[in-house]
Amino acid sequence: MARVETCGSRLLRRLRFPIDQSIMIKAILIFNNHGKPRLSKFYEHYNEDTEQQIIRETFHLVSKRDENVCNFLEGGMLIGGSENRLIYRHYATLYFVFCVDSSESELGILDLIQVFVETLDKCFENVCELDLIFHVDKVHNILAEMVMGGMVLETNMNEIIIQVDAQNKMEKSETFIFQSPRQDR
Amino acid sequence: MALKIVKGSIDRMFDKNLQDLVRGIRNHKEDEAKYISTCIDEIKQELKQDNIAVKANAVCKLTYLQMLGYDVSWAAFNIVEVMSSSKFTYKRIGYLAASQCFHESTDVIMLTTNQIRKDLSSPNQYDTGVALTGLSCFVTPDLARDLANDIMTLMSHTKPYIRKKAVLIMYKVFLKYPESLRPAFPRLKEKLEDPDPGVQSAAVNVICELARRNPKNYLSLAPLFFKLMTSSTNNWVLIKIIKLVSEHGAVGISVCVSCVCVCFSLVHAVWLVYLGLLAMSKILKTHPKSVQSHKDLILQCLDDKDESIRLRALDLLYGMVSKKNLMEIVKKLMLHVDKAEGTTYRDELLTKIIDICSQSNYQYITNFEWYISILVELTRLEGTRHGHLIASQMLDVAIRVKAIRAFAVSQMATLLDNAHLLTGNTQRNGICEVLYAAAWICGEFSEHLEDPMATLEAMLRPKVATLPGHIQAVYVQNAAKLFATVLRGQEGAPADSTVAQETSQLLIDRLPLFVQSSNLEVQERASCILQLVKYIQKLQQKDVEVAEEVTALFAGELNPVAPKAQKKVPVPEGLDLDAWINEPPSGSESEDEGRKSKGKAVFAKEESRHTKPRYTEVDEKELAKRREVRKAEQANNPFYIKASPSSQKVYQDGVGVEHIPVVQIDLSVPLKVPGMPMSDQYVKLEEERREKNKADKKKKKDKKREKGEKGRRRRADSGPESEEDITPAHMVDIVTEEMPENALPSDDDDKDPNDPHKALNIDLDKPLADSEKKLPVRSHRPNEVLKSPMEDRQVVEVAPEPKKKTGKEKKDKDRKVWLHLYFLRIFSIFLTHVSLAAAEAPPASTPRTASGMAAMAPDSEPEEAKDTEPDLFSSQKSSKHKKKKKQKKEEKKKKHHHHHHSDGAGDESVPNGTVEEEEPLPVMDRPPHYLSPHPSLAPLLQVCDIQGNLQDGSQVVVSVIFENKCDSFIKSMEFNVLDSLNSKLQRHDGAGPHDGLTVPFQLPPGISNEARFIFSVQNIVMPQKLKGTLTFIVKTDDSSTHEKLDFKLHFTCTSYLITTPCYSDAYSKLLESGDLKGCSLKLEGVNQPFHHLLARICFHHHFSVVERIDSCASMYSRSIQGHHVCLLVKTADQTVSIDAKCDEPALLGNVLDEIKLTFSQC
Repeated sequence: MARVETCGSRLLRRLRFPIDQSIMIKAILIFNNHGKPRLSKFYEHYNEDTEQQIIRETFHLVSKRDENVCNFLEGGMLIGGSENRLIYRHYATLYFVFCVDSSESELGILDLIQVFVETLDKCFENVCELDLIFHVDKVHNILAEMVMGGMVLETNMNEIIIQVDAQNKMEKSETFIFQSPRQDR
Repeated sequence: MALKIVKGSIDRMFDKNLQDLVRGIRNHKEDEAKYISTCIDEIKQELKQDNIAVKANAVCKLTYLQMLGYDVSWAAFNIVEVMSSSKFTYKRIGYLAASQCFHESTDVIMLTTNQIRKDLSSPNQYDTGVALTGLSCFVTPDLARDLANDIMTLMSHTKPYIRKKAVLIMYKVFLKYPESLRPAFPRLKEKLEDPDPGVQSAAVNVICELARRNPKNYLSLAPLFFKLMTSSTNNWVLIKIIKLVSEHGAVGISVCVSCVCVCFSLVHAVWLVYLGLLAMSKILKTHPKSVQSHKDLILQCLDDKDESIRLRALDLLYGMVSKKNLMEIVKKLMLHVDKAEGTTYRDELLTKIIDICSQSNYQYITNFEWYISILVELTRLEGTRHGHLIASQMLDVAIRVKAIRAFAVSQMATLLDNAHLLTGNTQRNGICEVLYAAAWICGEFSEHLEDPMATLEAMLRPKVATLPGHIQAVYVQNAAKLFATVLRGQEGAPADSTVAQETSQLLIDRLPLFVQSSNLEVQERASCILQLVKYIQKLQQKDVEVAEEVTALFAGELNPVAPKAQKKVPVPEGLDLDAWINEPPSGSESEDEGRKSKGKAVFAKEESRHTKPRYTEVDEKELAKRREVRKAEQANNPFYIKASPSSQKVYQDGVGVEHIPVVQIDLSVPLKVPGMPMSDQYVKLEEERREKNKADKKKKKDKKREKGEKGRRRRADSGPESEEDITPAHMVDIVTEEMPENALPSDDDDKDPNDPHKALNIDLDKPLADSEKKLPVRSHRPNEVLKSPMEDRQVVEVAPEPKKKTGKEKKDKDRKVWLHLYFLRIFSIFLTHVSLAAAEAPPASTPRTASGMAAMAPDSEPEEAKDTEPDLFSSQKSSKHKKKKKQKKEEKKKKHHHHHHSDGAGDESVPNGTVEEEEPLPVMDRPPHYLSPHPSLAPLLQVCDIQGNLQDGSQVVVSVIFENKCDSFIKSMEFNVLDSLNSKLQRHDGAGPHDGLTVPFQLPPGISNEARFIFSVQNIVMPQKLKGTLTFIVKTDDSSTHEKLDFKLHFTCTSYLITTPCYSDAYSKLLESGDLKGCSLKLEGVNQPFHHLLARICFHHHFSVVERIDSCASMYSRSIQGHHVCLLVKTADQTVSIDAKCDEPALLGNVLDEIKLTFSQC
């Protein structure tokens, strides 16, 4: 029996997806109440199909929870199972889900989600789902100022906005240059 | 050309952009896939165009489609193209796409190395930032190796924005390329003291993450951590500390206790008690002794109204027990069990009691009778889920402590007799597991039974049929064993053969009930035994002596098997463990509860006695089958939980075995014996006994422990029981668990071989060897550096220097929280280190205050740091105001900072501090070195830093701040230095010695910026001065004038020293080696405290303290060319004597002169 069990657990280990233990935030997902992805940022590599499955699984896990229960739950099987936790917030039509490993503080991440949403709100002026739908690149750029390679980079909203604005300004000035007869490359 | 561009723009106007794509997809809900595939075709066309704008737009759309689950890896090369656009807009799109879809096996990644390197050194901080962000997502070992140097350079970038990202990405680099850790670590450590809190928290983040995996390598950071820790007062800090501390587990109790005390004193938040206890409880397991003084405090917490706090306090008690106080603590816990409300807490109490008692192989139990009574008392618990736990303890103790068997058997017999009390209540389903143990013990050790017949009768009561199947099975099997015992007892007196026959008859009468059992196991056993007994009865009627043969059925001793035994059996050759032997059992998670619960010995079940090889797979499989059957049975059996009104308390036999009631007790009779519970009597007995034989008790215990540990007498002990004198204080033989004979001695099989952090288990304190000073890089790399050193090093931003924020002055709320979260991480690691250090040091009295913790740190520096810090801040603040007055200051002795060790003074990369001599001691600041005393209209030149290049023994990096003090615009600055034989400014290729280097920025009025220049130095043993000029154009509204400034650069010997930590043993080896030549120095009239003095030497001269004893300290530093410099500093009555040794006497002499100068100036 014991031997049989050993074989089983070995097989299980082999079946499991490789988990990169070095990353603290494994993935950041935003999807709406119907599970449509609005942003997905994976800090460890999965192929596209698995990513979609993870989004679906996460949506399934998160959406069946009551509004008044706590914002933490164990990660789905595809993304590391109980070694990881999902920390999420539900704003109007959108779920913001961070999948993190055990070294991150839940409250800290919850706070980070809040900062993220507030920053989006500032950058888009009353952010709504449509902003995220049409400007997912901008959302990525904002996120890049907060989380880098799965590690928390910056949590001060003002600082984030300063950097995002500065980069947008640069982009605008470049657009201007582009229209003047100068070559791009 | 222009036409093409215009065409491109027009094309672009007609292209779909991302928004159009999204809109299109939304408008084609019904045929989305088809629409997207046409879009992808369009994108493919767009990617074929030359216009980068069109390509970027296409890539942007691809990024979106990737999110929807479309594979876009085919466009990887186009993504690289967009990444290498010179425009930030497109570059950003490219890097975003790359970060979304590149991974280690993307082959085009190799093409990106040079592009990324170019972007990293871009004058535009956002180009660099975007490259770092992208790289963080797809860094490969190759990229990490090739770019480690560039990223390391960026860690000292002038922009905190870049520093922050560079520091963070270093973690990824370390993981992919562990060789970079040691060379990069000093700089990473510096960043812990970065003036920018964002950078600081990034550094903390990285170091903590590293330390979390390999804590012992970060011991030397303890003082620095301490400093950071004291500077944080945020609640969040404390949460995180505690959380991380609790994860760590290797932290000393006393330290932790002190920390929690500190926490409590800082924030009087009640809920922190919870976190504090939580943290301590996890940690204390490793250091049980030193927390015992806190016993009362923690016992108080047991009375707290908050259940969570009580649970935590329980955890703590675990670490506090000793032989002395075990009984007392358990007694208190038993009281709590009695009055506890809520099953969770009670179950927790129960588990804890068992944990406490059984820890370290029953190390703290001096009296096993007492323990058995405790276990029996615990069976009174209502509704506990932990019956199996108690059961496994009973089994474990009875099997392994031979001396206790007789007592245990008597107690178990009582339990069996009163079984109806355990099973009576519906709530008590868990506790009936105890009967499993009771029945087994009574059967197995039936020779100790006073009245086996009575017990046999008790085991065959009809009510037993309501028990769970697996218990019934044990009952039936053990009834047979008892039967054998009874027979053997009777045959001595053949005259009275009626008793034996009665026993047979009893079995024959009662067993049919079990034969009808729906549980296969029970049925099978019962019918076997029934047939056996019938046969025996026949023989008995013929007056044949059968006792011996029946007893032979159950002959042999059972040995406990270690939990890991199975795992340790070496795999026989040719056996494939990964092949299925059987299809996996569907309910394989149904571990045998008794085994799972404690991780204690796995007992061979009594069934296995029939087969000779006891621990074979057959048995295991059988067990599994039974388990499943039992599960199913438990689920289906309506009688499994049977309600019946019964009294709440189990009968406590306080008197002894003689009074086991044979007849069923009337339920109306209160069963509890008035007075003390049994275990209390033992407590009392124990106290008396201890009074009596204090002297020889110790001996006994030692002996006992020895035996327990070595298990020498494991089997030799089965001799006559009279040898085992069952006195209140047992001499107990704890049988060691059995291991297979050729067990593999591998204890660390829990570790995951795939953990990437294994590679990072690198000793960081060992001084860098010559070969390590440089990161291994590809061969073309050095040439590149030479080709354009300025581009690499210089900073072109004209933006004003960020205002320095000290942690205390200006903190944003959000940032604060996060920074503090990371302080907490630091703190936790600090704790680890301190405790390790404390463990090495001779045992000191347990400190309980923050200062006590400082005393425990490896050296005295934290105290200094603490003292120093406020001064430092104030001086820097004031210095800013006074800067202008200082313009006239002539060239003064240069100070440098570099890689300062954990002495932790100051913010090294803030260049604009000036020292204020009137400030209170000790002011650890660099007096700036003004190069140009030019009147009013000139850039003020200020050397903020001269430091040896860590990676190149012949390079010195000079950072110069240019500040425009006049009202006009300054441009076209050229910096040139007259090369000496020894030192040369590194210029572009092909530039002659008289060509200056263009300073890569212009200075609007009032703006300052920093540029770095690299000098190659041949000989570092002598200080030297270099003359230089700066030419520039001052542009006013109407005119512009050419100006020139002369200055001198002073390279002191100190600037060639690099703070290198050194262990004391390595240090003494160094001194013993005899390669070093000595020199000494006396300073008179130094009236500053010794630790200030040391801090000053550390700070100004890049030394680190190796060891400090009273007023004597050894210090160490190392030059960029690898010379060791050792100092022995002693102080007495305002006189400081420094004995120094170095393998290069000239260098040493100069360093000493500089030290002398430093002290003459203060």
